[in-house]
Amino acid sequence: MSRPFAQQPTFDTSPARHGGSRWLAYASPVRFYPLAGRMAPWFFAAAALAAIAGLWVGFFVAPTDAQQGEVYRIIFIHVPAAWMSMFIYLVMAMYCAMALVLRTRLSSMMASALAPTGALFTAIALISGALWGEPTWGTWWVWDARLTSELLLLFLYLGFIALESAIDEPRRAERACAVLALVGTVNLPVIYFSVQWWNTLHQGASVSLTAAPSMARTMLVGMLLMTLACWMYAIAVALVRVRCLLRERGLAGVVDRQTNGEGA
Amino acid sequence: MAQAFLAIVRHDLALAWRRRGSVLSSLLFFIIACSLFPLALGPEPQQLRALAPGILWVAALLASMLSLSRLFVQEHADGSLEQLLLSPHPLAVIALAKTCAHWLTSGLPLLLLTPLLAQQYSLPAGPALLLSLSLLIGTPVLSLIGAVGAALTLGVRGGAVLLCILVLPLCTPVLIFGAGAAAAADAGMSVLPQLSLLGACLALALFLCPLATAASLRIAME
Amino acid sequence: MRLASDGPSADTVLRARGLSFSRGGRRVFEGIDFDLKPGELLQVLGANGSGKTSLLRVLGGLLPPDEGELSWGGQALRPADPNLLQSVAYVGHANGIDADLSPAENLRFAARMGGVDDSPARVADALRSMGLDPDSQAPVRTLSQGQRRRVALARLSLLRRLLWLLDEPVSSLDAASGERFLAQLGEHLRAGGMAVVATHEALPEAAQTLRLQG
Repeated sequence: MSRPFAQQPTFDTSPARHGGSRWLAYASPVRFYPLAGRMAPWFFAAAALAAIAGLWVGFFVAPTDAQQGEVYRIIFIHVPAAWMSMFIYLVMAMYCAMALVLRTRLSSMMASALAPTGALFTAIALISGALWGEPTWGTWWVWDARLTSELLLLFLYLGFIALESAIDEPRRAERACAVLALVGTVNLPVIYFSVQWWNTLHQGASVSLTAAPSMARTMLVGMLLMTLACWMYAIAVALVRVRCLLRERGLAGVVDRQTNGEGA
Repeated sequence: MAQAFLAIVRHDLALAWRRRGSVLSSLLFFIIACSLFPLALGPEPQQLRALAPGILWVAALLASMLSLSRLFVQEHADGSLEQLLLSPHPLAVIALAKTCAHWLTSGLPLLLLTPLLAQQYSLPAGPALLLSLSLLIGTPVLSLIGAVGAALTLGVRGGAVLLCILVLPLCTPVLIFGAGAAAAADAGMSVLPQLSLLGACLALALFLCPLATAASLRIAME
Repeated sequence: MRLASDGPSADTVLRARGLSFSRGGRRVFEGIDFDLKPGELLQVLGANGSGKTSLLRVLGGLLPPDEGELSWGGQALRPADPNLLQSVAYVGHANGIDADLSPAENLRFAARMGGVDDSPARVADALRSMGLDPDSQAPVRTLSQGQRRRVALARLSLLRRLLWLLDEPVSSLDAASGERFLAQLGEHLRAGGMAVVATHEALPEAAQTLRLQG
């Protein structure tokens, strides 16, 4: 009585029945798998181009800062990484909300695919923050509001990943992580606010990595290009990871030699 | 619905009394943890007094995490949780009742002990009482957030540590405001801002956490 | 809210259409259809692992089915719909009682949660009907498996719900207690109640049988 799960698409896959919304058909894991495969290389290419442009602007075009010298250039990595870490968490939470409300498996898999990349960007933000702090303030770590918030965000990401790997049953793991991500999202503004409040209360707010030099236009362009590069990279990596997850859970409609299409 | 709420609280309190060993052991952990810091930091009264609010708050936070790991576990194992999910009462109300009972057996004893432990830190009576007040508002929030974590990690391997990993970052605002209130009290400043922020956290948690706990319980039982 | 059965009428029917459920990539059951009317017993048969427990949990709203729908009294049901739950009494594999409380305390709590009279007299009656001592203060932990099962089953006569969902109710009971319970089940059906029972025992009153392949 057991039919291979892969043969039962979660959604009706014929585009015609969805009227104007052809895209809804791609909510089917079976259809999304090849689409993701085709899209990923383009995003990688876009990421590479934007990164080259951004780094060139950041390291060669933008002027040297009067106060901080060349060291400030790490802002072109630190700030985009920090922005992306927050943005990815919000996108993750959006997918989790979709997964809970619409009960679609692909949404939760997108969230799971994004989590490690989000954690990576958070780590990059923290490390680049440390690299900035050492020559500037003489210490490797500074309890700056932004860095502290990034640290807590890293814990939220790691918690999400830990919960997912601890629960064996994939569907329960997806839904549990979805609830966790949503609770984290509601909590995130509270965390940011409290850390900001804590920071201003305890020190003179002079120690701040966000006290960026007044932005020359080229600096802003460089940061935006790097942010774009990070964004394209995040999408590309998420697409690749989602394909892996689809295969792992036997939803890709691809018969793997080892699993014989029976799924996890 | 109110009858069911009270029935659950009474029932859980009766159970906690029967299992008072585990209730007392998390309390004992709190006491021991508070005694460790002077041993580690040195007995100088001025330094201890300055650090007291933070240390006591962190110890309370960790003790709460320990006691939260036993929330729902026994009920899950013997099938009573299943029966609660089959009750026609809203699961969020049931979750809130269980969280309330849990706080009465873990958070409340903690804050009653705090003025005594504050003596170890040479914290004067006024700030010590304000510290207890901050715990009074803050520990229910810890229980509420922790209940969500407990429901998510129900029956999962490595449950207790995983619970801590998930819940501690979410509790940092409470820690900041709570310890901040006590520190402000000791410095002679107004505690009203911190306490009102704590109160706001409590209000938000009272509204959202039971819903999240209910959703997590259903997910755990599927 | 009156949680005890409001009395069956001809429309209080539990209807299932096309219920299917899968777990871990495996189809546990599919295409389950039945109509259960007051006074009827549906027996669910099948080998271990064929999905009997899953079916009962789907009926009780603990598991959402992949496909299909359930309706109660003509109204479609959401999972864990209070409309159904207020008329359901469920006894699963686990007994659902606290080992640290006495049988009477357990039943009193069940009565309060179920919105029925929790007087000591009623609780004592329910315990006596399952052959248990109502005055015992000993925690359930000290009772045997069979006795614990009987405490769980005593909940049924206490709550007086219309639909009983029972998963292997008499498996850990001795022959005499098992007979006694099956007699109670018969009385419940004659009074207009309904039941879905997963069991290997022969149930002569079974109006319908469902055999799961798994």
